[in-house]
Amino acid sequence: MSMTIRHHLTDPLLIAYAAGNLPEAFGLAIATHVSMCDECRARLCAFEAVGGAVIDTLESVEMADGSLEAVMARASMVDRVAVPPTVRARKSSGAVPSPLTDYVGSDFTAVKWRPLGMGVRQAILKTGPGASARLLYIPAGQAMPDHGHRGMELTLVLQGAFSDAEDRFGPGDIEIATADLEHTPVAEAGVACICLAVTDAPLRFMGLIPRLLQPLFRI
Amino acid sequence: MSSDKVEVDWAGLLIAVRDFQDKTAFAQIFRHFAPRVKGFLMKSGTDAALAEECAQDVMATLWQKAHLFDPSRASVATWVFTIARNRRIDVARRARRPEPEILDWGPEGEPDQADVYEIAQETKRLTDALAGLPEKQKALIQRAFYGDLSHSEIAAETGLPLGTIKSRIRLALDRLRQTMS
Repeated sequence: MSMTIRHHLTDPLLIAYAAGNLPEAFGLAIATHVSMCDECRARLCAFEAVGGAVIDTLESVEMADGSLEAVMARASMVDRVAVPPTVRARKSSGAVPSPLTDYVGSDFTAVKWRPLGMGVRQAILKTGPGASARLLYIPAGQAMPDHGHRGMELTLVLQGAFSDAEDRFGPGDIEIATADLEHTPVAEAGVACICLAVTDAPLRFMGLIPRLLQPLFRI
Repeated sequence: MSSDKVEVDWAGLLIAVRDFQDKTAFAQIFRHFAPRVKGFLMKSGTDAALAEECAQDVMATLWQKAHLFDPSRASVATWVFTIARNRRIDVARRARRPEPEILDWGPEGEPDQADVYEIAQETKRLTDALAGLPEKQKALIQRAFYGDLSHSEIAAETGLPLGTIKSRIRLALDRLRQTMS
């Protein structure tokens, strides 16, 4: 891809995703970053190759009698040429990376945003247990409320960019924040910043009003 | 047992399944991988009857989705692993697994044969390296891939030489991107 990605996934996250052992919300962030970042796609493929090596070094367990014939009978009944075209779709048509289109559609303008104040908007995505995912829309130049983290939070930039005291995050960059990070990200001037944020704990806002609003907005 | 000593061109066999629905090739793949998939699923905590059923599903999927197999990015063992993993997720949690955007060569393209050969060789080296690890270290990697360990329990360092295979896959991805643009 043409964009320059500077902030990548960690090995443990890629291994857990390769092993199929991440909550859906985290899996969504990983799949979306990998769709934007060939470097992490190559790393993921390498870890999947470890999975292949695990399979190949395992003690085998004998299959039931007639299992090959049963599979052959099933497999040959399916006309592989008649695979629906959607399976072969390579790119999402809009600005939304393809893993996200199942959750929010193919265009950010079609997202059902809810206002959080100061022009900041969010859309909570429906994912399975263990972690939650939401899209954040931060107007250009706008700061997010001060916030810290209790669990782990991944923030993937989909559009625009944000910076905090430490660093800058542009499209495709993923910030991996753990409980000790307290920061104030600010969206860069220019276009609004849209991020996918996933966390395994609710965010806690430092300001009094936002904290009171927290249950209301399900942050 | 003796078949393990001979180097089998698994990718070639799966491509014969993909292009010609070659049943003999499929049978050879099945005899090698189906019992390993069953073993893998049982190690992941599935009982024998369900593991048998799922291993059959995995092998049927291998046939049906052979057109998505890219031997410049994955060996057949790796491809089998990803299908088995996805089946395990379906069965165990009934949760969705978000997948990355599919990159394929399309009807026109074909991966470079040298890339395909290198990926097969690198995966074999990786398998040998895994087999040669100290027992404790090997067990940790196996447990991670059975789905026993959460991301916070997984060590960043596997002890496996992964740099070369990653670079090879990266090169193959660059070539694929060129054909797509």
